[in-house]
Amino acid sequence: MPANLTLALVAGILIACGVYLITERSLSRILVGVVLASNGVNILFLVASGPAGGAPIIGLTPAALMSDPLPQAMVLTAIVITLSVAAFVMTMAYRSFQINGNDEVADDIEDARIAALAEADLTSETYEDLGFSDTGEDVVSE
Amino acid sequence: MNNLLAVPTLLCLLGAAVTFVAGRHPAFQRAVSVTAVAAVCAVAGLLVWLTDTAPLVLWVGDWPKTLGIVLVADRLAALMLLVAALVSLAVLVYSTGQDEDEMRRETPVSIFHPTFLLLVAGVSNAFLAGDLFNLFVSFELLLFASYVLLTMGGTEDRIRAGSVYVVVNLVSSSLFLVSIASIYAATGTVNLAQLALRLGDLPVEVRGVLQVMLLAVFAIKAAVFPLSAWLPHSYPTAPAPVTAVFAGLLTKVGVYAIIRTQTLLFQAEPLTLLLGVAGVATMVIGILGAIAQTEIKRMLSFTLVSHIGYMIFGVALATPAALAGSIFYAAHHITIQATLFLVAGLMERVGGSTSLDRLGGLAKLSPLLGVLFFIPAMNLAGIPPLSGFIAKLGLLQAGVADGTPIAWMLVVAGVATSLLTLYAMAKVWNRAFWGVAPESVLESSGSYDSPERGRLLPRLMVGSTMGLIGLALAFTFFAGDLYGYVERSASALFDPSYIAAVLPEGTR
Repeated sequence: MPANLTLALVAGILIACGVYLITERSLSRILVGVVLASNGVNILFLVASGPAGGAPIIGLTPAALMSDPLPQAMVLTAIVITLSVAAFVMTMAYRSFQINGNDEVADDIEDARIAALAEADLTSETYEDLGFSDTGEDVVSE
Repeated sequence: MNNLLAVPTLLCLLGAAVTFVAGRHPAFQRAVSVTAVAAVCAVAGLLVWLTDTAPLVLWVGDWPKTLGIVLVADRLAALMLLVAALVSLAVLVYSTGQDEDEMRRETPVSIFHPTFLLLVAGVSNAFLAGDLFNLFVSFELLLFASYVLLTMGGTEDRIRAGSVYVVVNLVSSSLFLVSIASIYAATGTVNLAQLALRLGDLPVEVRGVLQVMLLAVFAIKAAVFPLSAWLPHSYPTAPAPVTAVFAGLLTKVGVYAIIRTQTLLFQAEPLTLLLGVAGVATMVIGILGAIAQTEIKRMLSFTLVSHIGYMIFGVALATPAALAGSIFYAAHHITIQATLFLVAGLMERVGGSTSLDRLGGLAKLSPLLGVLFFIPAMNLAGIPPLSGFIAKLGLLQAGVADGTPIAWMLVVAGVATSLLTLYAMAKVWNRAFWGVAPESVLESSGSYDSPERGRLLPRLMVGSTMGLIGLALAFTFFAGDLYGYVERSASALFDPSYIAAVLPEGTR
């Protein structure tokens, strides 16, 4: 099967940029990274479907000249899923911004505490329960 | 009869729609979701019985074969579906038993039931999916439900935990799509049975790349060691029923997908060395992590990671006996891990905390709670004659029978992990249940003879936890029958019955 080099390169570049952005701390950059990477993956599906052909509608294109409709159906599903992912991550980034004033993915507090304990070589102190601290008020003034 | 395969997913989706519309009537919502999940249990039970003769296959929408979506239930899928449905039912009853005021404080009730049902729909569909893309869609369905459940209420802790969870799963989903695109490009199909026939024609290098890619995707979902760091970070902050259902079901869907793809698609070249090393590392590093914890939910999350290693043990050896051990272990572990998280929720109600530094004397305050914790904890550690022992024994026997160096490594790591699990559970028992109750516990539970203490353990919550303990005990009492069923399902993974059921001769 002849593969389209341009499409493959575009997919590779998009995914590479996406991966770079996903390694960032800020959720909004991660979101941009996820969107880029998933567009790259969608283009990969186009590469997988082989050479471009006519619209895959019976009566419009002879069967031999049709492009493969199955990957296109998969890409459509993937696009819908990416859309909802984008919406969800944006909500989460906004909520994080409301609470903390930034949208960065934080380190695990418990991990850091246990690492510090191991370094200090002491027995464990009373664990500070962070508990449930939502007062229902917006931290950001409107 | 084949139409039964669509019922679990459809019922849950329908239930989700109804409960979503009826958001203002909590009692009605509860009734609908409990009915839906109970019906899924009944269907799954029927499927377990039916598939013992031959796998059931449903081509959804009756499209030309191999073009449309196919649902397949063999013994493995049916058994996992039944156990998963029973655990979801117990968790659902537990969550409806939580006090109204606690639910309102912890989670917006109106969104809990629809999301929970979507999660169960995704899990059921993942077990029954007969093609890779449908498996991907089911994963997305259950993941999206889990994103919402995990970040419910949007508190600081949960957003922090949720952002790690969401980003990790987005990466694994992208990787899954890349694998599907590559597999489609190489073979022209995503149907599992057809792939099993066609992958053999590919050059061995290409097949190896596809195999490792799929393994990496599912290993992230199943939390196999180098890819497991996200789990203890994200699970403990969610409310008890949510953590219980995540711990029971989500990782096991990953394990199921590993078993399915590695045995069906890549039977000729099992990744024994890679999976063996990953299994050893998962078991040992997971349990060492658990020992370091002083917070019960976090400790349980680490034991969850650790015990995934046992299931990888069986997949690595790739013999029918070892896989039978893995499947039995998965069924046992779904039940037991969910139970322990539910008990941790009860402990939090009685003692006001799940931190071992703040607990003490619970056995005297509530002997019932002591019993509820003790049985599943001993079961997790693998004390005979409980089902954890039977599952580990099956795996160890398979490992010894295999006899290769990597099998012996797995056996040794398995025994050590079992002992260390016992140590971790004993640590919880000593510090939370024995000793004198500190002030903070008495404040939360009332003094020893306070009449109000009864309301801390509502009947439904205790009842559903007991139900799950009973289920795990049933695995012990009916271990002979169950193990026979599991052995049949494992040996079916090595004969062409799955392929023959999906694509009878002449339609290939």
